[in-house]
Amino acid sequence: MDGGRVVKGVRFKNLRDAGDPAECATAHARNGADEIVLLDITATSGNRRTLLDAVRGTARSLFVPFTVGGGIRRLEDAVAVFDAGADKIAINSAAVRDPALIGKIAGRFGSQAVVVAIDARKVAGGFEVFVAGGREPTGRDAIQWAREAAACGAGEILLTSMDRDGTQSGFDCGLVRAVAESVSIPVIASGGAGSARDFIEVFRDGRADAALAASIFHFGIENIAQLKRELHNASVPVRWPC
Amino acid sequence: MIAIVDYGAGNLNSVKKAFDYLGAEVVLTDQPETVAAASKIVLPGVGHFSSLRALEATGLRKALIQNASAGKPFLGICLGMQWLFQGSEECRDVAGAALFPGKCQQFPSDVKSPHVGWNSLTVQNRSRLFRGVAQDSFVYYTHSFYAPVVTETAAASEYGLWFAGAVELGNIFGVQFHPEKSGDVGLAILKNFCEV
Repeated sequence: MDGGRVVKGVRFKNLRDAGDPAECATAHARNGADEIVLLDITATSGNRRTLLDAVRGTARSLFVPFTVGGGIRRLEDAVAVFDAGADKIAINSAAVRDPALIGKIAGRFGSQAVVVAIDARKVAGGFEVFVAGGREPTGRDAIQWAREAAACGAGEILLTSMDRDGTQSGFDCGLVRAVAESVSIPVIASGGAGSARDFIEVFRDGRADAALAASIFHFGIENIAQLKRELHNASVPVRWPC
Repeated sequence: MIAIVDYGAGNLNSVKKAFDYLGAEVVLTDQPETVAAASKIVLPGVGHFSSLRALEATGLRKALIQNASAGKPFLGICLGMQWLFQGSEECRDVAGAALFPGKCQQFPSDVKSPHVGWNSLTVQNRSRLFRGVAQDSFVYYTHSFYAPVVTETAAASEYGLWFAGAVELGNIFGVQFHPEKSGDVGLAILKNFCEV
């Protein structure tokens, strides 16, 4: 989300409008989405109210798990987002800056409510963590950071491959597998979903516990119910019928 | 009036929102008197078993056990269901209500913990809570400790082992999963509870 609208880009750039968050979320849930994630990608204190209004509006008619991220820097920010109707919060930049924030929020709301989002890009010898919506490199290794986040009390890792984001060229199974095998908490793979085959691969080869997609659902390229049927037929455990 | 018990364990908005959606009259409360005056009681809660200690200081524990034992419809959700058992290995010095036998234990180390996500239910036919709910329906879980399968188990799920997804004894119900986050299936279960 950017400025109260759902947007989707390619590799975090060239954003396209995809509609109203509440309408998108209910439509996706009705079509069989297991969970909705709303990320405010240009979160600044200036548009905090926009985020909270969107969370409230989206949560009202949503009865599947709802994760909200973007601009959560302090415990109080998380409290406001939970009050607006989120079930889980996702933290990224602020957790890198202050890993103790993970434990603070988990201490109050439980680990199951704390998702640590990691944006990573392939570099020589591994994967590097980027923050601030992919704008700032940190010099940190994604696998080590995921381990640390889990040790600090994160309940899930939302792992986005910046290289694959919006490209519909398939998940980065190497990245996903490396992280999924390094932590004992669930890993949600994100970035690159283009087809049912990509999902099957990321569950089998990437060892992902869950997979997230945006472009293909927002722009109607893949139908969620049809996708889940294909996963079910490929013996990937999935909520079906949904 | 359904009393949703607020003892500071996490976020109760979603539970309230689901009952609101169903048109039920609900109140969030931390008062034993309100619990006693309500027609039904919901004990939600996520997080650590130790947070249930808050029930003891406020007199809520006594009010909950008295009212549930007297036949007032009671629904424990997640931690609220675990509380219905004798206790949990997560925090041994906080006692459960012991309305169901056994203690909650941690999932074995060969599966990822917490158990997060959608899982299917094997439902007992006689359950009132699951009336009209199809066998193998999916519901949403998020928990690290599980309650054992007992005679009163109304639905079970498998994750590394079989555990109690729901229990039912008279008007006392407990669900380990989150009906407020389980789509239409969850709403149907909450509606059944409203109609008990």
